[in-house]
Formats: sequence, structure tokens, C-alpha cells
Amino acid sequence: MGRLLGGIGARVLAVLAMVGRVSIYAGQVLRHLLTPPFYGREFLSALMNIGWLSLPVVGLTAVFTGGALALQIYAGGSRFDAAAVVPQIVAIGMVRELGPVLVGLMIAARVTSSIAAEIATMKVTEQIDALVTLSTHPMKYLTVPRVLAGLVTVPVLVGIGDVIGIFGGYQVAVRSLGFNSATYLQNTIDFLEPLDVISSLVKGAAFGVIATVMGCYFGMNSGRGAQGVGQATKSSVEAASVLILAANFVLTGVFFSA
Amino acid sequence: MIRFDDVHKAFGANQVLRGVTLEVPQGTSMVIIGGSGTGKSVLLKSVLGLVTPDSGAITVGGKPAMAGDRDAFLARFGMLFQGAALFDSLPVWQNVAFRLLRGSLKRPKVEAREIAIEKLRRVGLTPDVADRFPAELSGGMQKRVGLARAIAAEPEIIFFDEPTTGLDPIMAGVINDLIREIVVEMGATAMTITHDMTSVRAIADRIAMLHGGKIRWTGPVTDMDASGDPYLDQFIHGRAEGPIEAVR
Ligand SMILES: Nc1ncnc2c1ncn2[C@@H]1O[C@H](COP(=O)(O)OP(=O)(O)OP(=O)(O)O)[C@@H](O)[C@H]1O
Ligand SMILES: [Mg+2]
Repeated sequence: MGRLLGGIGARVLAVLAMVGRVSIYAGQVLRHLLTPPFYGREFLSALMNIGWLSLPVVGLTAVFTGGALALQIYAGGSRFDAAAVVPQIVAIGMVRELGPVLVGLMIAARVTSSIAAEIATMKVTEQIDALVTLSTHPMKYLTVPRVLAGLVTVPVLVGIGDVIGIFGGYQVAVRSLGFNSATYLQNTIDFLEPLDVISSLVKGAAFGVIATVMGCYFGMNSGRGAQGVGQATKSSVEAASVLILAANFVLTGVFFSA
Repeated sequence: MIRFDDVHKAFGANQVLRGVTLEVPQGTSMVIIGGSGTGKSVLLKSVLGLVTPDSGAITVGGKPAMAGDRDAFLARFGMLFQGAALFDSLPVWQNVAFRLLRGSLKRPKVEAREIAIEKLRRVGLTPDVADRFPAELSGGMQKRVGLARAIAAEPEIIFFDEPTTGLDPIMAGVINDLIREIVVEMGATAMTITHDMTSVRAIADRIAMLHGGKIRWTGPVTDMDASGDPYLDQFIHGRAEGPIEAVR
């Protein structure tokens, strides 16, 4: 019993210690973000990788989710006024929760893993050491451009995901459930509040930062060898996913519980 | 001048450096020899702050290494890593010209590219290599690109970690001559790690042998054969029998 509790305690302490280290790391990122030099080319290539190249997967995720949502609500909600309820729930569900969370998780899968694997490989092959000897701070050259790109592109991706998700629901509702197209759109627009959209974008920004910081943190702290790279990649995606879901819970509370 | 004064470094229980004391006079070519895993690479990295010694002091030109402006300090150095450590996201010429494309030594792009191609030529690579990516090159070619990068900004102190490992004998000769030239013509201070005794004789003014975490022997390369040190003798003649155990 004592050993069991001790084990749990040690685990909790380890997690807390990691939270501390990640927070310190995030603080350093912020400091380097605000001091020159700034590597514009690295930033542009990060924008390309994180934003543009994520569009297909974000679009597909959103369109299927919006469609499934419409089907599900119609099936379960036929007792209500479906013409009003389906568009409302699709819009609210996509914009407030599913859009940001699913895009965030897709970014964790796609971007966090690739950042962690790339940086960890650079570490293992001494490329990080080489950067340092060439008077270039790895934090400024590798981390800052990626985190900044996450901060600006993920909200945009979430916005696009929201729209595509609503569009997916609309397609299903109009084409296979026989809804009236104009009424569906009107209901969607009437029901959505500015706060819904704002919360969606703020969540996107937070998730973008979480996903990129986790990738960089675990990459930079990778162990040695191929095993170290694998471990870093796995841990980064786990940590990013859990943190995104936790942050989503907190942000939902902040925006909607009052 | 680079001075190591009783430098210790351990990784966990692995005591690697156990009191290294060594002096590398300015403008000389010092070659470090020693068994695999004795801490030669760690010794060079500790000067650049890539590895932090547990105790002891390292001074460069009388001032503690890494004190003061880090960028200005590092700008005086060039380093060839044992595994070349090229940036695989950048084409070869941008690797070579990395320092010349950003920071305090920044030049116009065209000029930086010209310098890169000139340095590639000096390590025996043709200009068409310039636009390829490191992953498309052989190990020996990568090593030479790493060498070109180390000398690109004409640093006053250059570290070469096994510059000729993986090269054919002719190319090894070219690189040995190049290192010698850099020391003689540019007056640079060089520290080279090598296992190749031909290289040692071609490059070195002085040699130092690292063994058991300490400098076992140091002196001019001309005294190497008559040192009377059984460890050094065993090492330079590559004998399996002797005071150094073959299984480490
Ligand atoms: N970052 C590190 N973490 C843990 N151990 C390390 C690290 N760097 C080096 N070591 C250990 O230090 C010892 C010396 O390593 P080093 O790379 O300096 O050897 P070396 O003399 O250069 O050998 P070789 O001739 O094979 O290159 C080795 O036992 C190695 O495992
Ligand atoms: Mg080595």
C-alpha cells in the first residue's frame, strides 16, 4: 500500500516537474520572441508547413465531422423542430468545440510530431551543436519561427475548419435529409454569436502555441540515438494532445460558463 | 592560446575527463590522439560550451572561455564535427556559407555563394555540389563540406574532429595539406583529432595523447617516436599488446 502510494506520488511529482520545465521553456520562447534577431525565412517556411500544407487534412476532418453531426442530430432530434435544431447544433458544435479541438488534434498529429522528430534528429546528429558554434541560437532559429507560425496559422485553420464543417452539415442536411437550403443558412447565421467565433479563434491560437511548443520542447530534449527520436516524437504528441484537450476545457469555461 | 587547467567531466557514472591540463600555443597545430571513447570530442566541445566541465578552467587568449559575449566568442571559432553535422534542410552552399548569410559576419548573398564555392574547391569538391542537399552526398563528401563550413569565415581557431576519417588516401592527403596551409598561411590555431598516424605526421606541430581522462604525453611531433612512453609507443604503432588494454 505504502509502495503503491509512493509510486503514485513519484508519478505526480514527475508530471509536475515536467510542467515546470515546459513552463520555463515557454517563458524562454517568449523572451526570444521579443528580442532580435528574427529569422524571417525560417518563419515563412514554418507558415508553409504548418498552415498551407495542413489545409487538406483540416478540410477533410471538418467536412466529415460536420456531415456526421448533421446526420446524428437529425436521427436523435427528429422529435424537435429539426429544421431549426440541426443547423443550430451543427454551427454551435463545430464552431465552439469540434472545429478547434479536431483541428488542434490534427495539428498535434501532423505538426507536433514532425517538429519533434526533425529537431530531435538535428540534436542527435549534432546539428544543434553546429548551430550554436555558428553563433545561431537554436531557440531563435528553430523554435521561435515555428511557435509564431503556429500562433498565426492555427486560428486561420480553425476558422476554415469551422466553415467547412458547417458546409459539410449543410450538404448532408440539404442533399440527403431534404432540408430547405435558404432556411438552413438563415438559421445558422441567426444563431451564431460573435463570441462563438471569437472563442473558436482564441482556442485555435492557444492550440497552435501548445502544438508547436511541445514539438520543439521534446525535440530539443530528446535522448540520444534513433530510440531517443522515437521517444521524443511520441511524448510530444501525447503531451500536445492532452494539453490541447485540457486547454479546451479551461477556455470553454472562461468563455461560456459565466 | 588555449589552456585547459585540470578539467573534469563526467556523464553520470562515466568519468570521461579526469583532470586534463594542456596548453595549445597560438598559431600551432595541435593534434589530439587517444583511444576511442577517451573523451577527445568532449574535450573540444567543452571549449565551445557545448559540454560544460564539472570543474577546472578553460581559457582562450587568457580569458575564460564562454565568459562575456557568446556570439563574439564563437565567431572566432570554426568546428568540423565528427559526423559532419550538416543542416539537411539547406543546400550545400548555404551550409558552407551559413555564418556569412546571417549575424555579424553577414555578406551579400552572391558574395557568400562565391566564397562557399571557393571553399568547396579547396576541399576538393566541384561547384556542381553546391546546389545539392547533404543527404545526396557520400559520407566523405559530407565530411569535406563540413570542413569547408568550418573554414568559411576564416576563423582564428579551428577544431577538426577526425577530418580524414572516411576519405580515400588521396583525398586525405589533400585535406592534410589544407589544414597545414590554414595554420601556416592564415596563422590559425588548430586542434585536430585523428586516428590516422599519417595525418598526425602531416598536420601536427605538437601532439597530445589523451588516456585515462588525462593527458598522458604531450610534446613536439618530432619527439613522438623517441618519447620512451610505453602508452604512446603502443598507440602510434598500433600494437594489441602493451599497457593499454584492447578491451575498454
Ligand atoms: N552527451 C553525452 N552524454 C552522455 N555521454 C556522453 C556524451 N558525450 C560523450 N559521452 C561519453 O563520453 C565518452 C567520450 O566520448 P567522446 O565522443 O569524447 O569520445 P572520443 O574520444 O571522441 O571517441 P572517438 O574516437 O570514438 O570519437 C564516451 O564514453 C561517451 O559515451
Ligand atoms: Mg570523437
